[in-house]
Amino acid sequence: MTAVLWIAGALAIAGALGVVIAKTPVHSVISLVVNILSLAALFLSLQAEFLALIQVIIYAGAIMILFLFVIALLTARRDPVERSEGKLEGQRELGIVTAVAGGVLMIAVAFAAGLGRMPAREALPAGFGSAAAFGRELLTTHILSFELTAFVLMAAVIGVVVLVGRRQL
Amino acid sequence: MNGDMVQGYVALSGILFVIGACGLMVRRSPLVMLMCVEIMLNAANLAFVAFARYLGNMEGHVFTFLVVTVAAAEVAIGLAVIVLLFRKRDAADVDDVNTLRG
Repeated sequence: MTAVLWIAGALAIAGALGVVIAKTPVHSVISLVVNILSLAALFLSLQAEFLALIQVIIYAGAIMILFLFVIALLTARRDPVERSEGKLEGQRELGIVTAVAGGVLMIAVAFAAGLGRMPAREALPAGFGSAAAFGRELLTTHILSFELTAFVLMAAVIGVVVLVGRRQL
Repeated sequence: MNGDMVQGYVALSGILFVIGACGLMVRRSPLVMLMCVEIMLNAANLAFVAFARYLGNMEGHVFTFLVVTVAAAEVAIGLAVIVLLFRKRDAADVDDVNTLRG
């Protein structure tokens, strides 16, 4: 389990760095797919089988294809963005400093809370992470959030059609 | 699963979140910024799943599922807005989008 954490974690970090560093958006998308697949491996190591599947199908499948389509449609024969310096002076340095400071604070709080000293717990309920247990949890305890999810998706679909659909019908 | 493992996963989640936040603040291409938001959401998901595994409670999984759904909706809307921006002008750079500036 520790080996999975190290290897998949390193891959996830490499993928995330690739997204930020890559010059062309297509390379960013491919790095993001690496990041998402290694996160799916991490989910598997945490006994979250159904979520690992969701991660691969929805993220690496649907969302990344959507990104690729938009990139292919819009930026295929265009010069890369960010040729010039931005209008905001020192944006790069300030951004990195702010993000790293916030992250160090976040991780320091997590460590100071004593996560490492928590007692080991091995017992898991039967069927933990399986689609059946997930469905039971989602459709009984969290039925309201499930319905709200449907509402959010419907609102997103209507919003997209209103925004970019054909005007002259 | 002991506390050290939880700590490892939470630290990894924090590192990924920082990388996403860095990208969001440093890059100016709207497509890449949207992808950085995805990285940050995924980092939060990892923490949820790690704690769910430690506590043996599936509520973290449900919350992760909701986050994935909202991320899908957000990407659809965000990409629609980007398509509109590209139609109106050659705005490949978010610095050039300043119509609402006072």
